[in-house]
Parts: sequence; C-alpha cells; structure tokens
Amino acid sequence: MPDHDVLVIGAGLAGQRAALAAAEHGVSVGIISKVHPIRSHSNAAQGGINAALAVDDSWESHAFDTIKGSDYLSDQDAVEIMCREAPNELLHLEHIGVTFHRNEKGELGTRAFGGASHARTYYVADITGQAIMHTLYEQLMKYADLIDRYEEWFTTELALDEDGNCVGAVTRNIKDGSMELFRAKAVILASGGNGQIWHPTTNALICTGDGIAMAYRAGAKLMDMEMIQYHPTTLRGKGFLITEGARGEGAHLLNAKGERFMEKYAPNKMELASRDVVSRAEQTEINEGRGFPDGTVALDITVVPRKRIHEALREIVLVGRDFAGVDITREPIHIKPGNHYTMGGIKTDIWGRTDVKGLYAAGEAACVSVHGGNRLGANSLLDTLIFGRRSGEDAAKHAAGRGIDRVSRTVLEQEERRVQAIIGRERSGRRVSEIKAELGETMDSKVAVFRDEEGIQSALDTVRRLKEEADGAWIDDRGTIFNQDVLGALELQNMLQQAEATCMAALERKESRGAQFRTDYPERNDEEWLKHIDVSLNGDGPELSYSPVTITDWQPQERTY
Amino acid sequence: MAEYTLKVRRFQPEATDEDKRGAYWDNFDVELDPTLSVLDGLLQARDGEDGSLAVRCSCRAAICGSCGVKINGQSTLACKTQIGEAAEEAERKADGESTTSETGKPEIVIEPMGNMPVIKDLVVDMESTHWEKYRRVTPWLMPSGPPPEREYIVSAEAMVDVTQSVACIQCGSCVSACLSMEADPDFIGPAALAKAYRFVGDPRDGQTTERLYDLANDQHGIYDCTHCFSCIDACPKGVAPMNQIMRLRRLAGHDHDIQDVNNGRNHELAFVKNIEKKGTLDESLLLQESFAPGIKGKLLPTIRSMKGLIESIPTAIRGIRTGKMRSVPKLIPGVHHKLPGDAQDHVKRIYDKTEESRIELNLYVIGEGGEEEGAPGAEGVRAEDITAAAQAEEVTPS
Repeated sequence: MPDHDVLVIGAGLAGQRAALAAAEHGVSVGIISKVHPIRSHSNAAQGGINAALAVDDSWESHAFDTIKGSDYLSDQDAVEIMCREAPNELLHLEHIGVTFHRNEKGELGTRAFGGASHARTYYVADITGQAIMHTLYEQLMKYADLIDRYEEWFTTELALDEDGNCVGAVTRNIKDGSMELFRAKAVILASGGNGQIWHPTTNALICTGDGIAMAYRAGAKLMDMEMIQYHPTTLRGKGFLITEGARGEGAHLLNAKGERFMEKYAPNKMELASRDVVSRAEQTEINEGRGFPDGTVALDITVVPRKRIHEALREIVLVGRDFAGVDITREPIHIKPGNHYTMGGIKTDIWGRTDVKGLYAAGEAACVSVHGGNRLGANSLLDTLIFGRRSGEDAAKHAAGRGIDRVSRTVLEQEERRVQAIIGRERSGRRVSEIKAELGETMDSKVAVFRDEEGIQSALDTVRRLKEEADGAWIDDRGTIFNQDVLGALELQNMLQQAEATCMAALERKESRGAQFRTDYPERNDEEWLKHIDVSLNGDGPELSYSPVTITDWQPQERTY
Repeated sequence: MAEYTLKVRRFQPEATDEDKRGAYWDNFDVELDPTLSVLDGLLQARDGEDGSLAVRCSCRAAICGSCGVKINGQSTLACKTQIGEAAEEAERKADGESTTSETGKPEIVIEPMGNMPVIKDLVVDMESTHWEKYRRVTPWLMPSGPPPEREYIVSAEAMVDVTQSVACIQCGSCVSACLSMEADPDFIGPAALAKAYRFVGDPRDGQTTERLYDLANDQHGIYDCTHCFSCIDACPKGVAPMNQIMRLRRLAGHDHDIQDVNNGRNHELAFVKNIEKKGTLDESLLLQESFAPGIKGKLLPTIRSMKGLIESIPTAIRGIRTGKMRSVPKLIPGVHHKLPGDAQDHVKRIYDKTEESRIELNLYVIGEGGEEEGAPGAEGVRAEDITAAAQAEEVTPS
C-alpha cells in the first residue's frame, strides 16, 4: 500500500506542475497517470501561453480580456490571480529551459491571439504545450528522489474516510492488472477534460474526464458543465486542430464565395474575435449555405509569408500534409468548428480546493472558474500552471503535520469486484465501442455550437438509455496484462455520467452566453442567469444548484469584437 | 472507402490456446477511407473484432508519440501513416512475393517496434530501454549561477536550433530503427542523443563541456553511431537524430578538442584524411591512422595506440572473413588501387569546397520538398533535403 503526503492523479501540465510545487514544500509526492506523462494531452496545446510581461502591457488588460472573453461568467478574483501571477510563471518556465521564441534582441517575443487587446502570447513554434510539458518532465527527472512516478496506472475511484474526506485512491497497474489502494493526506485531480464525449473532437482518446467523474461520485460539485468550447479551426471528420496561431499570424477565414465573412460578425477583431464568436460565425455561414459542400469554410494561411509559416506553424504544415493532403503554404484548408475544451469541471476555490476535504483539482478537470462561458486561446496552459502550482502548494501545507489516516480496504475490494465483473460479463447486449460512438454523435449533433431545448432533451434521453446499456456492455479481453478493453469500459461509465451533467446544465441555462447558444433563448440574460450552475450527485442522479459569480472590478457589458 | 487486410504480429502473454503461445500473426480485414491512418484501421479492428488487440495510442495526430510500430518493416507512427499509402507500399514490397492475403490483396504488415521487448501485441517495454537511455544524458537544463531577474537573453537562432530536438515526441521510432543499437544494445541511441544535443546546443546551459566529455568518452556514446540514416528516415517529426549526433561529434572533437578514450575522434579524422588522399577507403592505412596518426604516430606509437591496434586485430580478421575488407593483399600498405582518370582530382575539389564553410542544417524549419527559397550557403547539398528557410550557421573552417 503506497503512501504519499500528496498524491497527484494525472500528469499533464497541471499534474506535473502540482507535483513539483508540492515537492518544493518538502512533502512526499506520488504522481499517477494512465499514460506515460509525456503522452498527456497538454502536448496538443499548439499556439502559446498568455502573460502580460511586456512593459506596455498590464495584468489588468489581460484580466479584462479574459473576463470579456468568458462572457462575464468567470470568477473575477480567480482571473485576477491568474493574470497577476502569469509573468513570474512564464519566467520560471524560461529559466528551467523552455525554448520560447525570441525577438531580434534575444528577448522573449510574442504573437497575437484571439480575444486579446495586446500581443501577449509567448510560444515555441506551434508546439508550445509539448515544449513546456517535456521541460516539466525533465524537472521530474531532476527531482526523481522527491517524486515517485506511477506511469501507466489507471485510477478507478477515490478513497474516502467515514467523514467523507478524501484519503487516497484505488489504482490499477495497467502492466499487470494488479489493483492498489494508495493512501494520501491530500489528492490532486489533474486528469484533464472530457472531449471524447463528443465525436469528432480535437481531444485525444485519453480525454475521458475520469477525474471529473470520480470527484462527482465522491460528492464534489461540478460547475459550468454546459460550457463546452468548439474551436473554430478543426479538420472535418477527424477533428484535428489547426492552431489559432495561424490566425494570429494573419490567416483569413473565407466562405465558399471567397468572402472574408468575419467582417459581418466582428468588424474590429475579425478572425481574432473570441472563439465562441468565430465558431458561431462559421456555423452560421455553413448553415445558411455559404460554406463548401463538405460542410466547411476555408482557412487561408497563404497570406502569411512562407518562411514565417515554416518557422512558426511547422506542425500545421505537417497536419495539412499528412492528414488533409493540403499544402497550407499554397492553398486554403477546409475547416469547421469542432469540440475542443471543457470550460466547466470540478468546482474549486482559488487554491484548487474542492467541496470534498483533502481533494483538490487543477487544469482542465477543474473549474475555478477563470474561463467562464468561453476560454481565450493561450489561457489554458496558463490555467494549468498557475492553479496546478497553487494546488500543489496548498495540498502540501494541508498534508504537512497531519498523520496518515487508517484507510479501509473496502473501497479496494469493491473496485476489484467492479473491474472483475466487467471482465466477466456475458457477451450479450452492445459493445462498449458502439455505445461510445453513439454518445459522440449524439452530443456533437445536439449539444454543440447551436442548441435548443428539444435537442438537448433528446440528447439527455439518449445518454440515459446509453447509461443503462453501458452497465451490461461487454468486452473481449479477459486478461490482466495491458487489458485496455476493460479500461475503455470504465472510461465509458465516466463519460456517460459527465454527459448527463452537461445535458442537465445546458437544459437549465435558458439564455445564450459564451459557448452556450440557445436558439430558443438567443439573448444573454444577466438578470436571471449571471450565475453558475452546479451539479452534484444525489443518490444515483444529478441535482442542480446555483452559485454566484464573483465580480470585482469589471461589471458586465455588452460584448462586441 | 476501401478494404484492407492488416497482418498484425501478435503476442498474448496470457494466452492458453496452443496456437497462441508465443508470437503469431493475425489478419484483420477492415474497411475505411484511404486517407485515414493505419491506426484508424487498427482501432476499427479492435473496436469491432477483437478488443484484446493491444496498441498504445492517444492523440491520433502525431503529437503524443504513443503509437510507434513497424509498418511494412519501417518504424513509424501508426497514426501518421495513411492506410492507402501503406497498402501501396505493401504492394510494392509484395511484388513477386507471397505476402498476399486470401482475398488477393496485399497485406499491410504491422509489427511492434524493434530494439525493445514486447509486452503484448504492439505494446513494447519502453521504460527499460528508451526511457533508461533518456535518463542517461542528464536530461534537464543546468545553468551556471542563479537565473536572471527577467529572461535569459539568447539569440532567436539558438532557440530555433534546439527546437529541432525539442520537437522530439519520444515515440521511439528512431530507437526501433537504429542499426547500431541492434549490434550494441547499450548504445545511448538516437533519441537520447538528440535530447543531449538539446542541452549542449542551448546557450543557457552551463555544462556544455562536461556533457560533451561524457558523451564522447562513453563507450556507447556518440561514436557508436554508424551514420546509417535509419533514424532520420524513421523520425516522424523531422528531428533528424543522426544530424544531432554528428553535431555533438563536431562540437566534442573539433570545437572542444576532446580526445576520447574510444578513439572515435581520431578514427573519424583518419577516415576523412584517407578518402582525401586515396579517393576511396584504404583499409590498410585506416587502422594505423586511427590509432597512431601521422608520421609521429608511425615512428613513436604510444602504448595506448599499440594496445588499440592489437585489440583491433580480431575485428580486422572478421572483416576479411566476411568480405567487408575486400582482400588480404589490399591490407598491405601501398597496394590500394588508384582511381581511374582524374577522379582523384574531383574528390580533392569536393574537399576544397566543403572546407570553406561548415553548415549546420536545421531540418526542423526548412520543411520538405524541393522548394528554392534561398538557403544561404546550402547550394550543392542535396536539394530534396534542404530547402527554404534552411537554418544555416557558418563557422570558420579549421
């Protein structure tokens, strides 16, 4: 039974940053990940990371852009912290080795990004997330004697004591199928978003929101679950991402008639309006027949100088060539809005604390909330690092001076039985993969850019049926070693619980704000809906409640770009 | 949509059936768009036919590095290989051979990566091989002194230069393809050495000399590479690991004048000198020149060089036996044949030209395909590899 002061679940940017911060405070740390840490999805963050570091920029300006971008649903105290602490965090990353782009003077250089009033996005070509995450992993190597790594361990459930405090987690070693109860004084969930609930999505196959579902089952509240970001530039069918950096470098969006249609929707910021605005504009063009026959519009990167494309958008050149057969330096590439980011998640305070004592959350799994109704590009890396670090620090303080509790092994036995039951299921009913496919298509057609009551209700009905079917869904693999089949079944259960919460919240919010656009309630309604919707698990079903939005200096205004 | 047959090398460690003990082949028929990937094909087989088919995968977009496999013998990422192209390649390879399926279609052969033990099906143990090597190169930045108040001031070019190695996603394709590692499993290998260059080439690092010293003197270090280009072919991200190894060698041997215990530096110089003088390789002089260079070396060989020469005798004998050294008489100094006509002068002219400048090519930013866009100082080098915005760094020759 491995014991740690602080146990981190998930090893992308938020998890690794949390582990390093906790270790710096002198506590023992364990970090668990269902994949090797550098396979985590933070890799996919291409464009960059925001920080008001330039002398003519200010954190207040960054905060205002973030709050406006969020459609005033973000909690402004949290946004202030993120934007104030961004410059120091960025310099820390530079000091430990991230190879950020430099200007001709050898100083850190920036690029423009959507929804921002200043070019404050720092970047490494278009592999910023990868560059930062590999650098953090290097630090895990450096501090290997302080941080124990459990690579390719799948956490199935949190362990609670009699008072409902989180005291550890049950985890399956994928390599041999053995299950362990890890004891800890504090547990940090940094296990990412849940894009796999939608199909297609830009998200990796591992993005099943396991941590969100485990926290929900442990009694933590989920918040803003209806806020799902559709990224404006993804490849049709496959969902691959074309970075916002392309538009930051000057690329245009064109409809099938060759018109730069953003003139109509955001005459000032054009292609660099907030993502929700651009995605809706594209979807409107497509729906009204001005898209291409394959249901897309075009992103024209050829207006960017070729040398600059090769230097700053290298990954996109490869994505275009390998996955769309398009040379983006010569011709426009067809794109459409695609599922991208979970703004909502496990409700936390500014130190990453959830409603469950001893349980923390950070990164895309968490909802602080700094993104509110819509996240600005290049704010997600920042969110993971700032609140990853803060969770690590606070969890270390929480753990220091506490004894490790006796933890009942009941949860371990219960989880072993649950996994074994899936492995032993009769071959009747549906395959796990079929249910997952139906879930993805349902959510992408009904809980996407434009929504209405009828569609969301029908999605909710489908999700509830799928939940029942999933309880009996069968798998092929009966083994213990690298049984990925059984993990898929566990992930499916997690996804369905979250999908239900998302549908409930989307149905409840009878207004249009940020990523939630209700065609039956097309206006923002601050009087009734300037509040968060929380979802918690009551018995077997979800229960809704509200919590206030924290407003400090920025009163809601009309939002134009 | 088109139909494909995937011929997958499988290993089910817990199999009880007689015919599934040990490694075996399994065929899967899948149907998908030719522009989708081999991984999409594998996932279709797993989702629809056999959920026990093990393959690591996550991003599907050549970013996470999970799905390294061999496809038709070539190490690569399953997600980055279009299934239509893989089928065409299989057809070319199958030409005249009997690797077609019952339906008459060529089979796309998918195997686990090489140089790493197999855990199950296409899943290999990277921890005990790849990651252990990665940790051998002290993979973190070691600046000297405390950090500055703001950022380190370094040139834009230096950051772009090491970003080629930073682009590595640790997928292991190069490790799988490495021929030197097949001969010497302890070789640090292409991925870890590219990682090493990432720090050596970083002006913020304060341990450049120490790193180079270690890499040159490690018996399984930079001089273990045989320059076969397999890693460059295999790399899905344009990291070109072999280029990074060669840059480490130039930095260690030429710029830092590190005389390594492996005699790697001298061996390399002997090779270059030998070709300059003779036009083709003269094995009779190579060994002696490697261990005891120049007239001084001939007249006053050191104990170390004598020892080195004697230790090389078995290798030389093996070379003769296997036909690598072409014939015994050729080992007698002076017997080496002359190049016909003025070929020798041509060789000499290449030397004159290449000595004028040393070009460090950064494949990361130049893209692929033959587009002329003014790569300064890069004329005369193979155009399909180096184009566009070649990162050319000129250094005064020796």
